[in-house]
Amino acid sequence: MKASKFKRFMSQGNVGKLMWSVLALALLLVFNALFTPVIFNMKIMDGHLFGSLIDILNRATPVMLMGIGMTLVIATGGIDISVGSVSAVSGSFTTVLLVVYGLPLAYCIVVGLAVATFLGFWNGFLVARVGVQPIVATLIMLALARGIATLFAGGQTILFSNRAYEFIANGFLFGLPFPITIVAVVFVGTALLTRKTALGLFVESVGCNPVASRYSGINVRSIKWAVYVFTAFCAGMAGLINTSNIKVADVTRSGEGLELDAILAVVIGGTSLDGGKFSLAGTIIGALVMQTLTTTILTRGMPVEFTRVIKALVVVLIILIQSESFRKRMRNLVWRKAHEVAS
Amino acid sequence: MKRKLVVLLGLALCLFVALGASAKTYTIGFAQTGGNEGAWRDAETASVNAAAKDMGINLKFVDGQEKQEVQIAALRSFIAQGVDGILLAPVVATGWDEVLQECKQANIPVVLLDRGIQTSDDSLYVCKITSDFVQEGKRVGEWLSKKMGGKATIAELEGTPGADPAIMRQKGFAEGIASYPGMKIVLSQTGNFNAADGKQVMEAFLKANSRINAVFAQNDDMAMGAIQAIQEAGKRPGKDIVVVSIDGTRPAFEAMAKGTLNAVCECNPLLGKIGFETLIGAINGQTYPKWVIQTDGLYEASQAKAALPTRKY
Repeated sequence: MKASKFKRFMSQGNVGKLMWSVLALALLLVFNALFTPVIFNMKIMDGHLFGSLIDILNRATPVMLMGIGMTLVIATGGIDISVGSVSAVSGSFTTVLLVVYGLPLAYCIVVGLAVATFLGFWNGFLVARVGVQPIVATLIMLALARGIATLFAGGQTILFSNRAYEFIANGFLFGLPFPITIVAVVFVGTALLTRKTALGLFVESVGCNPVASRYSGINVRSIKWAVYVFTAFCAGMAGLINTSNIKVADVTRSGEGLELDAILAVVIGGTSLDGGKFSLAGTIIGALVMQTLTTTILTRGMPVEFTRVIKALVVVLIILIQSESFRKRMRNLVWRKAHEVAS
Repeated sequence: MKRKLVVLLGLALCLFVALGASAKTYTIGFAQTGGNEGAWRDAETASVNAAAKDMGINLKFVDGQEKQEVQIAALRSFIAQGVDGILLAPVVATGWDEVLQECKQANIPVVLLDRGIQTSDDSLYVCKITSDFVQEGKRVGEWLSKKMGGKATIAELEGTPGADPAIMRQKGFAEGIASYPGMKIVLSQTGNFNAADGKQVMEAFLKANSRINAVFAQNDDMAMGAIQAIQEAGKRPGKDIVVVSIDGTRPAFEAMAKGTLNAVCECNPLLGKIGFETLIGAINGQTYPKWVIQTDGLYEASQAKAALPTRKY
């Protein structure tokens, strides 16, 4: 009886993909409530909130920004593995122009973001126009962008001291770290643009079936091109946050490996790598899940040797729970066991 | 037939060696780890470049991107290009036997720079030129124990897992505080030798344990990140929480002058000249002890201001 009820609940088609990532996040928090309660400590310091939960939100912002762009790229059936390197480019240009050339900060930031965005334009050109496979096109950029960032900084790590620049990652607005505001603005803007206009539908349509989309009058090329440009812009902003955070343009190291975190955030958020339907909110949750995991590991002081393995295991679990066919198999298993016990 | 071939090969080898010895400009390959550890490694790379220029050496530089397979590929390409000698800054300690065997067969001496390796056959390389990482850790540990009066709640920021300096400095630090039972390391995690991770780890540590009153960062970049995290938590680095690190880069000396860093054990990165001299000696048949030790000094915050103008890195 119980089993069949459970089965019926689980097989109802309207259980959203989002639910599973929220569940994963909730489980992590419940684990912490039981075993690492210190994570929930929160106090007000110098007029802003201070605590591990705020750290999680704050540290997840670069991956969230990259993830928002990445969600759209993946929805069109593509992938962008250059975001980490591209983020280093904006940090490199902005900092070098500010420190070495002494230009005004606003100008430096605009140029930094513009250069990063241009790299996305190049990615889009290769993918949408030339027809290079996304992973190959952006793999080229992964190396190229890192090279450009390093070259422009002359291979040096560049320190800076500039109140306004430092504010990007270290400032506070509404009692919260400023990067959270940046993400909120980008998220709401992107959500409105994709959900209140037909743009989101076009993106999904291109991801589902580009040929049919083209025949129904959607400019497939432009859509594909645009998502790479937008992702690079997001990566550029993430790069500014990363650089501002440590007050150093660490060109060789900044953003390293973040492309994988961004892709994982999208996947945990329930967007399929096959393209088509996407969930921006899911990606935000996905990024939070990853960062909660990292912060938990650090706060608990787990042995270094285990951290990566633990991360991998948790991510595998989350992705398995999300898989329709895996759940079905587990359901059948539970159901059969229940019957065996009954009979 | 076979014997003829061996003789011919031997002759070719003699000719090659003779040519190598008589040639005035040496071609030397340098496989760097990847310049990814901030100012210290930048200084080392700069020192190798400068020494190559001074000594008229034709330098072939490969950035290892922090990956062993990239460095191994670099070594193989050096062999293919027929370099006279190789400088290697190994990114990890193990797994070098096969490629070093190939270097040995090609009669190309390999000098290890700033890090050692673990191998069953010591004849695979000429020598390693490094600081004594254990000693560095130990000196910092002893200094901290004295400073804290033998009693402290310590957080440790470890380097890249598996890297030689990370393992040795950890070991040395543990030795340094061993005779003071009140010195306790309560939390230890990797900050991957960079500032961003150092900051994030310290941020979490400070929330996990509010009694932390000392930080041992295994390199300066992580210490710089940790100092920021301490400030953001409303505490005073250098006073409320004593911070010590290893390397002695310029930013570290500046931090000491400001009073946010308490002490640093130098780890001299200017290895270019001694590296080339040793390598050229080895090419010409000289032998060296397996470990050529660079001597390092410990600096306290009070000495920082005076030392700052003379720092080269």
